[in-house]
Amino acid sequence: MELQEHKFKVIGTRPIRHDGVDKVTGRAKYGADISLPGMLHAKVLRSPHAHARIKSIDVSAALALPGVKAVITGKDLPELPPGSHQMGELVVNPRYLSMNIMARDKVLYDGHAVAAVAATSPHIAEEALKLIKVEYEVLPHVLDVRKAMQDDAPILLPDLRTSGTPEKSDKQTNIASQVRFARGDLEAGFRAADVIVEREFTTSMVHQGYIEPHNAVAQYNADGHGTIWVSTQGPFSVRELCSHILQMPLGNIKVVPAEIGGGFGGKTTVYLEPLALLLAKKTGKPVKMVMSRAEVLRATGPTSGSYIRCKMGATKDGKITAAQVWMAYEAGAFPGSPVGAGCMTILAPYALENLQIDGFDVVLNKPKTCAYRAPGATNAAFAAETVIDELAEKLGIDPLEFRRRNGAKEGTAQPAGPQFRRIGYIETVEAIMNSEHYKSPLPQVDGKPVGRGVASGFWFNAGFQSTAIVSINSDGTANVVTGSPDIGGTRAACAMIAAEVLGLKAEEVNPVVTDTESIGHTDVTGGSRVTFATGYAVYEAAQDAVRQLKERAATIWKVKPEDVVYQDGVVSCVNNGHEPMTLKQLAGRLARAGGPVTGRAAVNPRGVGPGFATHVVDIAVDPETGKIDILRYTAAQDVGKAVHPSYVEGQIQGGVAQGIGWALNEEYYYDEQGIMRNTGFLDYRIPTCLDLPMIETILVEVPNPGHPLGIRGVGEVPIVPPPAAIANALYRAVGIRMTELPMSPAKVVKAILEKNNAQK
Amino acid sequence: MANKVHVETTLNGETVEFLCEPRQSLLEVLRDILGFTGAKEGCLTGDCGACSVILDGRVICSCLVLGVEAQGKTIETVEGMAQDGQLHPLQQKFLEHAALQCGICTPGFLIAAKALLDRNPNPTEHEVRYALAGNLCRCTGYDKIVRAVLDAAAVMRGGTHGAARA
Repeated sequence: MELQEHKFKVIGTRPIRHDGVDKVTGRAKYGADISLPGMLHAKVLRSPHAHARIKSIDVSAALALPGVKAVITGKDLPELPPGSHQMGELVVNPRYLSMNIMARDKVLYDGHAVAAVAATSPHIAEEALKLIKVEYEVLPHVLDVRKAMQDDAPILLPDLRTSGTPEKSDKQTNIASQVRFARGDLEAGFRAADVIVEREFTTSMVHQGYIEPHNAVAQYNADGHGTIWVSTQGPFSVRELCSHILQMPLGNIKVVPAEIGGGFGGKTTVYLEPLALLLAKKTGKPVKMVMSRAEVLRATGPTSGSYIRCKMGATKDGKITAAQVWMAYEAGAFPGSPVGAGCMTILAPYALENLQIDGFDVVLNKPKTCAYRAPGATNAAFAAETVIDELAEKLGIDPLEFRRRNGAKEGTAQPAGPQFRRIGYIETVEAIMNSEHYKSPLPQVDGKPVGRGVASGFWFNAGFQSTAIVSINSDGTANVVTGSPDIGGTRAACAMIAAEVLGLKAEEVNPVVTDTESIGHTDVTGGSRVTFATGYAVYEAAQDAVRQLKERAATIWKVKPEDVVYQDGVVSCVNNGHEPMTLKQLAGRLARAGGPVTGRAAVNPRGVGPGFATHVVDIAVDPETGKIDILRYTAAQDVGKAVHPSYVEGQIQGGVAQGIGWALNEEYYYDEQGIMRNTGFLDYRIPTCLDLPMIETILVEVPNPGHPLGIRGVGEVPIVPPPAAIANALYRAVGIRMTELPMSPAKVVKAILEKNNAQK
Repeated sequence: MANKVHVETTLNGETVEFLCEPRQSLLEVLRDILGFTGAKEGCLTGDCGACSVILDGRVICSCLVLGVEAQGKTIETVEGMAQDGQLHPLQQKFLEHAALQCGICTPGFLIAAKALLDRNPNPTEHEVRYALAGNLCRCTGYDKIVRAVLDAAAVMRGGTHGAARA
């Protein structure tokens, strides 16, 4: 059955999400809400130094405290061989991962885990942490990505060698890898340019900022099997990583995904899960662990700070002739920054013949980075989209028109090589050009300069593996079972896809997210992949159910299955003489017509449709304080086909809000000793309700030819344009090109004063 | 433990008694002793509002109040908002407007919005944003939350409760 767009009955509507009532009544169970009888509580002792050798750890006083049941340190974790392997979206090095969740001979950042205590209450566990004596030998540290690349920099990992170099070297280094993308003739390209702009950019480490701290509840049974309840984006990843780290058979670990209170990429790895399971094994009791906000900021998540040099040239008629980029990303204490993605996304919205992009993945004494919404793309776009804006300005061309002239379309080769299939980048540029916002005059604010900026963004989106089961109930309703934790409305999307195929209402389908033993392998909720890939599996599973329903009707009617038609929830026979049956009627007769109907599908879809976005923002700048106010914001995005438009809009609005926070306030602030000084939401300031206007969205629907319903991922690309759009608006308002994130009031007011002094 | 304190309080209209250690926060008491896990822990420093409850008519961060301070007071939590199986208009409008994504901040927003509408049935958009500025949401960009609160206020002023079954 081919579903034609004009025939959609459920897709594109806005039903109430199936898990909604649980979440507005407080009934939904998140990881920290789970309690088991006899449960212990565990807490983690963390390094107070940026870089130090652990000379000794004495846990005897902690173990002697009444109520303390177990203490673990790095010695309790198995030593693992070096090496990495691909796991869905991520390249994982289990040895480094194990060293990150519990330090061995050295601590590598402020907040690095050193020991963990399980006790009868969280308060006793915290008291016990103070009784653990750790003797440190403080080592020199490095916090700046370019300093970390120098030959005389303190070395974090003695066994690290640079991969990706033309010649193999045995030199100790903090450069984990380097990568180059190049094509065409760079020099000829710049010679052909009438205008060349080159600028340097720096961006700070920022955190995903999910409101729910990391948590885990673990239980270990005498038969060697363990269960972990956890708020995670990837229950199957947690299982696999715990299996590696604890050297337990994968099949002996069951992971039950609790509701998840935000992740944005930051809950795709493990921190507490293996520790909780190990403590459960050691004590024979269930163990619960929940991080504090300071632990979340010091030891989980962040995405890379970066240094980026970006040079582009263009002709008078507005064609970009060459682009050269050099970018170094902070990986944190272990390799694995998203610099590769940064390289592949930074110029992706444009059709370029001559380009060279060099990227470096650099370790330094900050927490190991983790995925954050379009990892590596936002800071990259801040650089490129600012340079694009300056080129357009110098050439006297409207910045959107400049983007339209150079924009990528079907057939354009990406910087990484492959050609785009049908994409909607130009359509997003035109959607903003034609928007009421862009056509309206700038709002005026008393005493404050105002400006309007635009920027674009790109994100690949992901496919990867998903499994789905669609079962038909005897009353003609259906259940959809998947292994994709629902982080923002994907249960509803999956139910709607099944409902569309089965001819049911969205409310007649019950979507369920289940554990790692109750569904086939399913990769993380990440990469904007759930509605695309898990939705694909649901679509196929529902088609499988339809095929079986047609067979059952054929059995009842004693006709050939190919003579049975399934349309809008009704089975009918092409031959006369058989009264059509509704799904409800047929479902009631299944028991005597071959038994229950359960459709299944497992997919690894290749037809991923990338996402493009173009944004426009109006700002006002307080020249006295440097504070930037967002007056109006409109985001246009190619969303393929919006399954539930409200949640698509929500993804865009949320991504924009995070991008605004990244642009204006958020940063990891370290003192000279390498200690993070803003470890709470008071100082690590994410946008509040009062900081933002309504965020207008324009859903551009260019169907993805690689998906039967035209679906593209939508979740990540909206975070990409905001910092550049705001920087471009700031230039239009006060004539200053900010090349450093965040554009916090102190930095903006300093730049304004410097400009005023220079003019005197 | 011998040093536990006996506390009697009113929770969502019912009298409850509990024993708690003096160092336990009201949030810890609600979640770990009484089993009311609707209020969430996001920061324990009063910055995120996920643990918001109404104490004697005022929104407070229950992570910053001790359990023993609830003695003789009246507490309202998200679990008490739906009445007789009917969702509160705010809960209904949050669903209709898709004003939640992950849902972890939702109980706190509902409580803060309820406290606002209890004292100001006709707030402006700015007043809504001001009243909710102590609650952090990382998923939605607040747009749909603000719309849901304004719509719920309109419904409550009109006296129509278009609420679904809880």
